[in-house]
Amino acid sequence: MPLLSRYFIKAGIISFVFSLLLIMTMQARPIFQLWDGFLYFQPVFYHTLLVGWITQIIIGVSIWMFPRHTRENPRGSDSLGWIVFIALNLGLLLRIIGEPWQMMESVFLPKTLLAVSAFLQVLAAIGYIFLIWPRVKGK
Amino acid sequence: MPRLSVHIIRISLIYFALGSLIGAGILFEKSLSYFPAIWLFLPMHIEMLLFGWIIQLVIGVSFWMLPKFGSAPIRGNEKLVWASFLLLNIGILLICLSSLIVNNDALAFGGRLLELIAIIFYARHAWPRVKPFADG
Repeated sequence: MPLLSRYFIKAGIISFVFSLLLIMTMQARPIFQLWDGFLYFQPVFYHTLLVGWITQIIIGVSIWMFPRHTRENPRGSDSLGWIVFIALNLGLLLRIIGEPWQMMESVFLPKTLLAVSAFLQVLAAIGYIFLIWPRVKGK
Repeated sequence: MPRLSVHIIRISLIYFALGSLIGAGILFEKSLSYFPAIWLFLPMHIEMLLFGWIIQLVIGVSFWMLPKFGSAPIRGNEKLVWASFLLLNIGILLICLSSLIVNNDALAFGGRLLELIAIIFYARHAWPRVKPFADG
Protein backbone atom coordinates (compact mmCIF):
# COMPACT_ATOMS: atom_id res chain seq x y z
CA MET A 1 0.00 0.00 0.00
CA PRO A 2 1.50 3.40 -0.97
CA LEU A 3 2.51 5.86 1.76
CA LEU A 4 -0.16 8.39 0.73
CA SER A 5 -2.92 5.75 1.03
CA ARG A 6 -1.63 4.77 4.47
CA TYR A 7 -1.85 8.40 5.60
CA PHE A 8 -5.40 8.79 4.25
CA ILE A 9 -6.61 5.56 5.83
CA LYS A 10 -4.98 6.21 9.21
CA ALA A 11 -6.31 9.78 9.28
CA GLY A 12 -9.71 8.31 8.38
CA ILE A 13 -9.56 5.89 11.31
CA ILE A 14 -8.60 8.72 13.70
CA SER A 15 -11.54 10.75 12.38
CA PHE A 16 -13.86 7.75 12.87
CA VAL A 17 -12.82 7.35 16.51
CA PHE A 18 -13.13 11.13 17.04
CA SER A 19 -16.65 11.12 15.52
CA LEU A 20 -17.85 8.38 17.84
CA LEU A 21 -16.25 10.03 20.89
CA LEU A 22 -17.93 13.28 19.91
CA ILE A 23 -21.44 11.84 19.46
CA MET A 24 -21.07 9.85 22.69
CA THR A 25 -20.10 13.04 24.53
CA MET A 26 -23.03 14.88 22.96
CA GLN A 27 -25.39 12.13 24.13
CA ALA A 28 -23.82 12.26 27.61
CA ARG A 29 -24.25 16.04 27.94
CA PRO A 30 -27.74 16.10 29.51
CA ILE A 31 -27.01 13.08 31.72
CA PHE A 32 -23.79 14.43 33.24
CA GLN A 33 -24.58 18.14 32.75
CA LEU A 34 -21.59 18.66 30.48
CA TRP A 35 -20.70 21.90 28.67
CA ASP A 36 -23.67 23.37 26.73
CA GLY A 37 -21.34 24.10 23.83
CA PHE A 38 -21.61 20.43 22.79
CA LEU A 39 -25.09 21.33 21.48
CA TYR A 40 -23.36 23.02 18.54
CA PHE A 41 -21.25 20.07 17.40
CA GLN A 42 -23.93 18.22 15.36
CA PRO A 43 -22.72 19.45 11.92
CA VAL A 44 -19.13 18.71 12.97
CA PHE A 45 -20.12 15.13 13.82
CA TYR A 46 -21.71 14.54 10.40
CA HIS A 47 -18.67 15.93 8.60
CA THR A 48 -16.00 14.12 10.62
CA LEU A 49 -17.91 10.89 9.97
CA LEU A 50 -18.77 11.36 6.29
CA VAL A 51 -15.79 13.42 5.11
CA GLY A 52 -13.14 12.55 7.69
CA TRP A 53 -13.90 8.82 7.77
CA ILE A 54 -15.86 7.53 4.75
CA THR A 55 -14.61 9.93 2.06
CA GLN A 56 -11.05 9.75 3.31
CA ILE A 57 -11.10 5.91 3.28
CA ILE A 58 -12.50 6.00 -0.28
CA ILE A 59 -9.71 8.35 -1.35
CA GLY A 60 -6.99 6.27 0.30
CA VAL A 61 -8.20 2.94 -1.09
CA SER A 62 -8.84 4.31 -4.59
CA ILE A 63 -5.32 5.80 -4.79
CA TRP A 64 -4.03 2.36 -3.87
CA MET A 65 -6.29 0.08 -5.95
CA PHE A 66 -7.60 1.90 -9.03
CA PRO A 67 -6.04 1.05 -12.43
CA ARG A 68 -2.58 2.53 -13.02
CA HIS A 69 -2.34 6.00 -14.56
CA THR A 70 0.66 5.03 -16.71
CA ARG A 71 3.35 2.36 -16.35
CA GLU A 72 5.99 4.99 -15.50
CA ASN A 73 3.74 7.01 -13.21
CA PRO A 74 1.22 4.52 -11.81
CA ARG A 75 -0.54 6.76 -9.29
CA GLY A 76 -0.43 10.14 -11.01
CA SER A 77 0.90 13.23 -9.26
CA ASP A 78 2.11 12.42 -5.74
CA SER A 79 2.35 16.12 -4.87
CA LEU A 80 -1.30 16.68 -5.84
CA GLY A 81 -2.20 13.72 -3.59
CA TRP A 82 -0.39 15.32 -0.66
CA ILE A 83 -2.06 18.68 -1.32
CA VAL A 84 -5.44 16.87 -1.19
CA PHE A 85 -4.48 15.15 2.07
CA ILE A 86 -3.36 18.36 3.77
CA ALA A 87 -6.26 20.45 2.44
CA LEU A 88 -8.89 17.89 3.50
CA ASN A 89 -7.54 17.36 7.00
CA LEU A 90 -6.65 20.99 7.70
CA GLY A 91 -10.04 22.07 6.32
CA LEU A 92 -11.78 19.58 8.58
CA LEU A 93 -9.75 20.65 11.62
CA LEU A 94 -10.60 24.32 11.04
CA ARG A 95 -14.25 23.32 10.74
CA ILE A 96 -14.13 21.38 14.05
CA ILE A 97 -12.86 24.53 15.75
CA GLY A 98 -14.67 27.20 13.77
CA GLU A 99 -18.21 25.87 13.28
CA PRO A 100 -19.33 25.44 16.91
CA TRP A 101 -17.43 28.60 17.85
CA GLN A 102 -19.22 30.60 15.13
CA MET A 103 -22.59 29.26 16.35
CA MET A 104 -21.78 30.37 19.92
CA GLU A 105 -20.40 33.82 19.05
CA SER A 106 -20.52 35.12 15.51
CA VAL A 107 -17.29 37.12 15.48
CA PHE A 108 -14.44 37.63 13.02
CA LEU A 109 -12.05 34.79 13.92
CA PRO A 110 -14.40 31.77 13.72
CA LYS A 111 -15.96 33.24 10.58
CA THR A 112 -12.51 33.45 9.02
CA LEU A 113 -11.73 29.87 10.06
CA LEU A 114 -14.95 28.73 8.37
CA ALA A 115 -14.18 30.57 5.13
CA VAL A 116 -10.68 29.05 4.98
CA SER A 117 -12.13 25.63 5.86
CA ALA A 118 -14.70 25.87 3.03
CA PHE A 119 -11.97 26.80 0.57
CA LEU A 120 -9.66 23.96 1.70
CA GLN A 121 -12.37 21.29 1.64
CA VAL A 122 -13.54 22.18 -1.85
CA LEU A 123 -9.88 22.36 -2.96
CA ALA A 124 -9.39 18.82 -1.62
CA ALA A 125 -12.48 17.51 -3.44
CA ILE A 126 -11.55 19.07 -6.79
CA GLY A 127 -7.89 18.08 -6.37
CA TYR A 128 -8.87 14.47 -5.71
CA ILE A 129 -11.13 14.39 -8.78
CA PHE A 130 -8.26 15.67 -10.95
CA LEU A 131 -5.96 13.05 -9.41
CA ILE A 132 -8.24 10.03 -9.81
CA TRP A 133 -10.19 10.85 -13.02
CA PRO A 134 -7.50 9.56 -15.44
CA ARG A 135 -7.35 6.31 -13.44
CA VAL A 136 -11.10 5.61 -13.86
CA LYS A 137 -10.66 3.62 -17.06
CA GLY A 138 -10.81 0.15 -18.57
CA LYS A 139 -7.74 -2.08 -18.99
CA MET B 1 -12.30 -1.83 -14.74
CA PRO B 2 -15.45 -2.62 -16.82
CA ARG B 3 -17.00 0.15 -18.93
CA LEU B 4 -20.14 0.32 -16.77
CA SER B 5 -18.04 0.89 -13.63
CA VAL B 6 -16.17 3.67 -15.47
CA HIS B 7 -19.49 5.44 -16.18
CA ILE B 8 -20.85 4.94 -12.66
CA ILE B 9 -17.64 6.08 -10.91
CA ARG B 10 -17.23 9.13 -13.17
CA ILE B 11 -20.82 10.25 -12.48
CA SER B 12 -20.18 9.74 -8.75
CA LEU B 13 -17.08 11.97 -9.00
CA ILE B 14 -19.16 14.67 -10.72
CA TYR B 15 -21.66 14.49 -7.84
CA PHE B 16 -18.74 14.72 -5.39
CA ALA B 17 -17.62 17.95 -7.08
CA LEU B 18 -21.14 19.45 -7.20
CA GLY B 19 -22.05 18.40 -3.65
CA SER B 20 -18.78 19.76 -2.30
CA LEU B 21 -19.22 23.09 -4.10
CA ILE B 22 -22.71 23.48 -2.61
CA GLY B 23 -21.34 22.51 0.82
CA ALA B 24 -18.57 25.09 0.51
CA GLY B 25 -21.18 27.67 -0.53
CA ILE B 26 -23.20 26.91 2.63
CA LEU B 27 -20.09 27.11 4.82
CA PHE B 28 -19.13 30.44 3.19
CA GLU B 29 -22.67 31.65 3.98
CA LYS B 30 -22.10 30.81 7.66
CA SER B 31 -18.92 32.84 7.45
CA LEU B 32 -19.81 35.79 5.20
CA SER B 33 -23.66 35.92 5.25
CA TYR B 34 -23.68 36.73 1.53
CA PHE B 35 -26.68 34.69 0.28
CA PRO B 36 -29.08 33.24 2.90
CA ALA B 37 -31.16 31.49 0.21
CA ILE B 38 -28.29 29.03 -0.26
CA TRP B 39 -29.73 27.12 2.74
CA LEU B 40 -32.42 25.88 0.32
CA PHE B 41 -29.65 23.81 -1.25
CA LEU B 42 -28.84 21.89 1.95
CA PRO B 43 -31.05 18.85 1.08
CA MET B 44 -29.45 18.84 -2.39
CA HIS B 45 -25.98 18.89 -0.80
CA ILE B 46 -26.90 15.86 1.35
CA GLU B 47 -28.54 13.97 -1.52
CA MET B 48 -25.65 14.53 -3.93
CA LEU B 49 -23.01 13.44 -1.44
CA LEU B 50 -24.83 10.47 0.15
CA PHE B 51 -26.58 8.96 -2.88
CA GLY B 52 -24.76 10.60 -5.80
CA TRP B 53 -21.22 10.21 -4.45
CA ILE B 54 -20.87 7.56 -1.74
CA ILE B 55 -23.64 5.06 -2.62
CA GLN B 56 -23.05 5.35 -6.37
CA LEU B 57 -19.29 4.87 -5.94
CA VAL B 58 -19.88 1.73 -3.87
CA ILE B 59 -22.13 0.33 -6.64
CA GLY B 60 -19.55 1.13 -9.33
CA VAL B 61 -16.62 -0.35 -7.43
CA SER B 62 -18.50 -3.46 -6.30
CA PHE B 63 -19.64 -4.21 -9.89
CA TRP B 64 -15.95 -4.15 -10.79
CA MET B 65 -14.44 -5.96 -7.80
CA LEU B 66 -16.90 -8.52 -6.44
CA PRO B 67 -15.98 -12.15 -7.30
CA LYS B 68 -16.77 -13.05 -10.92
CA PHE B 69 -18.42 -16.21 -12.26
CA GLY B 70 -16.44 -18.97 -13.95
CA SER B 71 -18.38 -18.72 -17.22
CA ALA B 72 -19.86 -15.87 -19.30
CA PRO B 73 -21.35 -13.51 -18.41
CA ILE B 74 -18.55 -13.31 -15.82
CA ARG B 75 -20.13 -10.41 -13.92
CA GLY B 76 -23.68 -11.74 -14.09
CA ASN B 77 -26.62 -9.81 -15.49
CA GLU B 78 -25.12 -6.44 -16.45
CA LYS B 79 -28.51 -5.10 -17.59
CA LEU B 80 -29.68 -5.03 -13.98
CA VAL B 81 -26.81 -2.72 -13.06
CA TRP B 82 -27.39 -0.48 -16.08
CA ALA B 83 -31.05 -0.18 -15.02
CA SER B 84 -29.98 0.49 -11.44
CA PHE B 85 -27.53 3.19 -12.62
CA LEU B 86 -30.18 4.97 -14.72
CA LEU B 87 -32.96 4.77 -12.11
CA LEU B 88 -30.69 5.86 -9.27
CA ASN B 89 -29.59 8.95 -11.18
CA ILE B 90 -33.11 9.91 -12.27
CA GLY B 91 -34.15 9.42 -8.62
CA ILE B 92 -31.34 11.66 -7.38
CA LEU B 93 -32.26 14.37 -9.90
CA LEU B 94 -35.94 14.23 -8.86
CA ILE B 95 -35.00 14.50 -5.18
CA CYS B 96 -32.68 17.44 -5.91
CA LEU B 97 -35.38 19.15 -7.97
CA SER B 98 -38.01 18.52 -5.29
CA SER B 99 -35.88 20.30 -2.70
CA LEU B 100 -36.18 23.53 -4.69
CA ILE B 101 -39.93 23.66 -5.23
CA VAL B 102 -42.95 24.08 -2.97
CA ASN B 103 -45.52 21.23 -2.70
CA ASN B 104 -42.87 18.75 -3.67
CA ASP B 105 -44.24 15.63 -1.96
CA ALA B 106 -45.14 13.72 -5.12
CA LEU B 107 -41.83 14.52 -6.79
CA ALA B 108 -39.83 13.52 -3.72
CA PHE B 109 -41.85 10.30 -3.39
CA GLY B 110 -41.23 9.49 -7.06
CA GLY B 111 -37.51 10.09 -6.60
CA ARG B 112 -37.30 7.84 -3.55
CA LEU B 113 -39.34 5.14 -5.33
CA LEU B 114 -36.90 5.14 -8.26
CA GLU B 115 -33.98 4.96 -5.82
CA LEU B 116 -35.59 1.99 -4.07
CA ILE B 117 -36.11 0.13 -7.37
CA ALA B 118 -32.50 0.97 -8.32
CA ILE B 119 -31.18 -0.51 -5.08
CA ILE B 120 -33.36 -3.64 -5.46
CA PHE B 121 -31.92 -4.17 -8.98
CA TYR B 122 -28.41 -3.67 -7.61
CA ALA B 123 -29.05 -6.11 -4.74
CA ARG B 124 -30.47 -8.69 -7.19
CA HIS B 125 -27.29 -8.39 -9.23
CA ALA B 126 -24.77 -8.35 -6.37
CA TRP B 127 -26.26 -11.07 -4.16
CA PRO B 128 -24.96 -14.14 -6.08
CA ARG B 129 -21.53 -12.49 -6.50
CA VAL B 130 -21.03 -12.35 -2.73
CA LYS B 131 -19.26 -15.73 -2.65
CA PRO B 132 -15.76 -17.17 -2.30
CA PHE B 133 -13.40 -16.23 -5.17
CA ALA B 134 -12.67 -19.86 -6.01
CA ASP B 135 -16.34 -20.77 -6.68
CA GLY B 136 -17.45 -20.77 -10.33
